[in-house]
Amino acid sequence: MALSLTVNGKSYQLDVPPEMPLLWVLRDVIGLTGTKFGCGIAACGACTVHVDGQPVRSCSTPTSAMANKKITTIEAIGADKVGKAVQAAWIDSGVPQCGYCQAGQIMSAAALLKHNPKPTDADIDDAMSGNICRCGTYVRIRAAIKRAAGQKGATT
Amino acid sequence: MSAPLDVTPRTAGHASFDRPLVIANVSRRRFLQGVSALGGLVLAVGFPAPLRAADPPKYGADGMANGWVDDPLVFVAIAEDGTVSIVCHRSEMGQGVRTGMPMIVADELEADWKRVRVVQATGDEKRFGNQDTDGSRSTRHFLDPMRRCGAAARTMLEAAAAARWQVPVGEVEAKNHEVVHRPTGRRAGYGSLAKAAASQPVPARETVRLKDPAQFRYIGKGEVKLVDGRDIATGKAQYGIDTRLDGMLYAVVARPPVYGGKAASYDAAQALKVPGVVRVVEIEGSPAPPEFKPLGGVAVIARNTWAAIQGRNALKIVWDDGPNASYDSASFKATLEEAARKPGNAVRNDGDFDAGIAGAARRLDAEYYIPHLAHATMEPPAATVRIVKGKCEVWACVQSPQGARDLVAKRLGMPAEDVTVHVTLLGGGFGRKSKSDFVLEAAVLSKAMDGKPVKVTWTREDDLHNCYFHTVSVEHLEAGVDAQGKPVAWLHRSVAPTIISTFDSAAKQEAPFELGMGVINVPFAIPNVRIENPEATAHTRIGWFRSVSNIPHAFAVQSFVAELAAAAGRDQKDFLLEVIGPARRVSPQTLADTWNHGESPERYPVDTGRLRRVVETVAREAGWGRALPKGRGLGIAAHYSFVTYVGAVAEVAVDDKGQLTIPRVDIAVDCGPVVNPDRVRAQMEGACVMGIGIATLGEISFKGGRVEQDNFHAYQVTRMAGAPREIRVHLIPGDFSMPLGGVGEPGVPPIAPAICNAIFAATGKRIRRLPIRDQLKV
Repeated sequence: MALSLTVNGKSYQLDVPPEMPLLWVLRDVIGLTGTKFGCGIAACGACTVHVDGQPVRSCSTPTSAMANKKITTIEAIGADKVGKAVQAAWIDSGVPQCGYCQAGQIMSAAALLKHNPKPTDADIDDAMSGNICRCGTYVRIRAAIKRAAGQKGATT
Repeated sequence: MSAPLDVTPRTAGHASFDRPLVIANVSRRRFLQGVSALGGLVLAVGFPAPLRAADPPKYGADGMANGWVDDPLVFVAIAEDGTVSIVCHRSEMGQGVRTGMPMIVADELEADWKRVRVVQATGDEKRFGNQDTDGSRSTRHFLDPMRRCGAAARTMLEAAAAARWQVPVGEVEAKNHEVVHRPTGRRAGYGSLAKAAASQPVPARETVRLKDPAQFRYIGKGEVKLVDGRDIATGKAQYGIDTRLDGMLYAVVARPPVYGGKAASYDAAQALKVPGVVRVVEIEGSPAPPEFKPLGGVAVIARNTWAAIQGRNALKIVWDDGPNASYDSASFKATLEEAARKPGNAVRNDGDFDAGIAGAARRLDAEYYIPHLAHATMEPPAATVRIVKGKCEVWACVQSPQGARDLVAKRLGMPAEDVTVHVTLLGGGFGRKSKSDFVLEAAVLSKAMDGKPVKVTWTREDDLHNCYFHTVSVEHLEAGVDAQGKPVAWLHRSVAPTIISTFDSAAKQEAPFELGMGVINVPFAIPNVRIENPEATAHTRIGWFRSVSNIPHAFAVQSFVAELAAAAGRDQKDFLLEVIGPARRVSPQTLADTWNHGESPERYPVDTGRLRRVVETVAREAGWGRALPKGRGLGIAAHYSFVTYVGAVAEVAVDDKGQLTIPRVDIAVDCGPVVNPDRVRAQMEGACVMGIGIATLGEISFKGGRVEQDNFHAYQVTRMAGAPREIRVHLIPGDFSMPLGGVGEPGVPPIAPAICNAIFAATGKRIRRLPIRDQLKV
């Protein structure tokens, strides 16, 4: 069965099973490997993409649910003003260690800042606790989100 | 040591090495005392330890397989446009080595970092020197060779310029990507000199002039951004799991759920009906010991990962669980406790513990438990292999690329020269990716598919069920204290399945490298000390996990010192300093530590002055003694590992429901000279978060031989809300005449005891069993 999908502004006609998770369509079929596999059960956030601007765990999202929706991945989030600011803050703050989870972290952070340009620490906890970083870069992720938001100090 | 000691340093006569030991490409080869001098791969070779003991000792990088290389022609290439390519031969797994190593070369080379490109080495230790990226050793072992490399290349550029201008070489100087003729101000860029420089002789090692550290432009400055930072932030970075090749097939493997088990029978009919599934292939298991061999099982090969997973779900497999089918964590804990309550093999004896405790004013004891842990790297193990015309290519996230190469070659029956291992970025390593079992799976499957490229991906369930687990341990401590509460006698029985069991099924005792991780080499000022190591049997694959045996040892030792302080009614920090005693340099041999992290005992003694200093520094910086509201407390711990000294103060808050939060952690680290301060801070921050996960959440448990945790909902790790809002890292400045310490691992061990000591300060409740989970719930 052919499914049509719009990813990063590009349309795809794909012959994949409707229940195939978006993650594997992105990675194995389309070849966008920036979105990562971490758990397969929406428990780690490594696979986070934007669907119509909302953060979604692509590993647990059937591709059939994506018709007529706009999907944005880490490869294209830099075209967005907020996404670009988040990426710059990540680089400037030296957030990544191994970097594997950071695509998902950046997608979650960009979604947070689009809806809440001045998040408090509690807002950051809420928005980011679905994203695991095994290297433990959380302090710098928090700092980078505030940097991208143009905030200087903490607002505990 | 202030107390007189008459301990004969233990050499190869230790029980674990009295008999021949079977070793298979042990990545942490230096861990295995007496094995280190062997170059290259040693497979299933037994040898008597005394023969090894007769070899002259080699330390540091010299003691590692294939040692070090400092040839600029191997590591540096300069293009005519001036682009400088520098090889990084160690694996990047988040420690920043792809930035740090080339930065060292670039500094000595006087290269402009903006014009440097980093090239990742393939697995080839004869060419590049040792590549086992583990043991917190990359910078420690390669600062000097990489400096010489850069300096030699700089010397060759200067010689080429002097020859071109026909001036004495003493009149020219390399500076920021060009060579300048001082008397005339003439300049030549590195690109224009590249060809001529390459044909200059490589200067003799002893003639190479290294920079005065005061002239460093990158080393020690922390101003260089991560070379992979932009690629990571934009989704371009390539990990092992991201490999894509033309015609590539995707595989997942159903592995025996119990270690030592095998598929008795299987039915692939339904699996083969799943759209996209191409073939089902059985992978032969391997007899014990596990080494780094595949576990065996049934592989499903498909057109994409999802189809392979669906196909695997449709397999019908009858497992024969084998000898470990009754492995049960709850009853194993009781087994370890039983062993810990009886005398065991004495591995260190100072003074007379029995007499000391008999004469003590008071006697205290405590037992501590830490369960199995899984690394749970965010990128699960993944590897791709292709075999074309007798040549095998591997793309994989491996910490030991030469080891992977040798094992693939052996498994495929081809010479190692015909195997190329391309090292991708590693989405976390923590020791898991030193073991190449997952690479061998891909090799076996590619061969089964006539050499077609096959990528094996481990799902998270695979990763948690079939890990090389951190050991499980019971630490039993007893102390006799004098009338002032000061310890005069100290007994520590450490009981844990050894990593050696992964290479020798009969091994039941901790190896020197495990004992040397904070149980045997504790440098306290206590006259009567006995360390014992009763036997423990492994029932699963035991492997090294970031900071390894330091985790249980530091947890027990630093908790027990705090318990003694509390019993004496003393301030925990003051008491800890008193137990450490006055500043002195203790030979590891005096502590019966024959391993000493593979480093020279003369160059790297245990320096209690440095240990005291991290305690004093972290206490001061954390505001030790400051007033805190009810339910809050500070706890301190200090630990020496990987020849680095780390002190930590945790601030915890426990609310009236027993909910724990950790608002702030301070860490003081003395690792000698610091090459990349920003990455040292980052490693300490990360180690702190991992330590918090170990303290509060992490547990792998077995029932019926099977791991009970399937995924992150059950195997919990620290998340944003559970991480401290503040982690303050305090670097103790060291100069470049001092030997370097490790950085990747030593931040982990003091975190759990610091937290538990803080919980005691906040609530009066003593945690002796990790993880804490709901133990504080009211």
